[in-house]
Amino acid sequence: MTAVLRILYACAAFTAAAAADAKEALPDVLVREVTLEVVDLIAKDGEIRSGSRARLIQLIDAKVLPHFNFASMTALAMGQSWNKATPEQKKQLIEEFKTLLVRTYASALAAYSNQRFDFRPLRARPGDTDVVVNVRVLQAGAQAVPIDYAMEKTASGWKVYDVVVGGVSLVANYRTEFNNAVRESGVDGLIKTLGAKNRALEAPAEKK
Amino acid sequence: MTWLRGIFGIVALALGAGCATPHVDPRDPFEGLNRGVYRFNEGFDELITKPAAIAYRDFVHAEIRDRVRNFFSNLADPLIGVNNVLQGKFEDGVLDWARFGFNTTIGLFGIHDVATDMGLEKHNEDFGQTFGRWGVAPGAYLVLPFLGSSSVRDGAGTALDLYADPMGEVSPNRARNSLIALRVTSLRADLLEASRILEEAALDKYVFQRDAYLQRRRSLVYDGRPPRRREEE
Repeated sequence: MTAVLRILYACAAFTAAAAADAKEALPDVLVREVTLEVVDLIAKDGEIRSGSRARLIQLIDAKVLPHFNFASMTALAMGQSWNKATPEQKKQLIEEFKTLLVRTYASALAAYSNQRFDFRPLRARPGDTDVVVNVRVLQAGAQAVPIDYAMEKTASGWKVYDVVVGGVSLVANYRTEFNNAVRESGVDGLIKTLGAKNRALEAPAEKK
Repeated sequence: MTWLRGIFGIVALALGAGCATPHVDPRDPFEGLNRGVYRFNEGFDELITKPAAIAYRDFVHAEIRDRVRNFFSNLADPLIGVNNVLQGKFEDGVLDWARFGFNTTIGLFGIHDVATDMGLEKHNEDFGQTFGRWGVAPGAYLVLPFLGSSSVRDGAGTALDLYADPMGEVSPNRARNSLIALRVTSLRADLLEASRILEEAALDKYVFQRDAYLQRRRSLVYDGRPPRRREEE
């Protein structure tokens, strides 16, 4: 009995230490480690390389998703329309937008995972709680593509709230679309549109 | 000339459809017309450019595609240098010409990008960006036939880019046209993944692409460091 308890204690202590580690990790270190780990896992995974989208999304759910703040991303993408949504609608919006973003991110990673990355040193002061981490994707015969992760410090560690690829903010890019949808058919209309989009993307993915 | 009539037909249709659009985005006053041209471009792409690009990707070895990409990229470097100088970035301009010098000689007419390996980075400049750097605002968003997303400012820039394009000097015409077709196919092949992602990510492809273009150009004018803009909220 005591042996079991001791193992349980050890596990608890280990988990606590791991959690503390995640909290302490600097944002640029976090981006580098997660990117390299995911790219490495994709390279090693035969299923993903032979085109399994389900497997890729599973990997991103497990490794990347915990480091994103989807509530912030959704609120930013909604802009002034965010305040028109009820708490229940907000929850649905976050869920649908998350699904869409994860799928887009999965496609992008799969397409560019064999490129070389250049992780830039973080330019921030020690007390900052809102930073931008720069990564550059190097490619032959073309200008390197900069990817900027806008990150904020939260109680559960640093979280990404926007991804800016080649100067294009993903969150800002959805703002016009979201506002158009809300203007035309209300917040529920937008939720329906996002849901339909996600279902449509799921269908062919399962066939493959 | 039937295709010209086709374009006019589409334009007329688009103008008609434009009247039905109730909300006008101030950045895109010609949205109805632009959407018409966009649909035309999409159709042309689906029918000709994209299938050619897919065939090119599937049947031409990656190594050769790299050489082709490098060759055309090298031909563009002198003009990129001119634009850097026009923007007052003399050092960058000289480096672009150095890139052209090394790649054309050691890199065998540009098929090897030896300059990048030497630490000379590739830049992205054109006349539209130069105008932007001089303080010209983009003006209305435009979708140009065949060329796609643009603006009043960038469209004028593109006209100059095309005028100064070394490809125009190639003769006979058949050789020039083949080279242009190869360049377009190579460019489109590199965008196959990106266009698939766009397809997946966008609720309204036209709006998503327009906003991405405007953001991207703004970032390029400021070489990736645009001044912070107050959110219009």
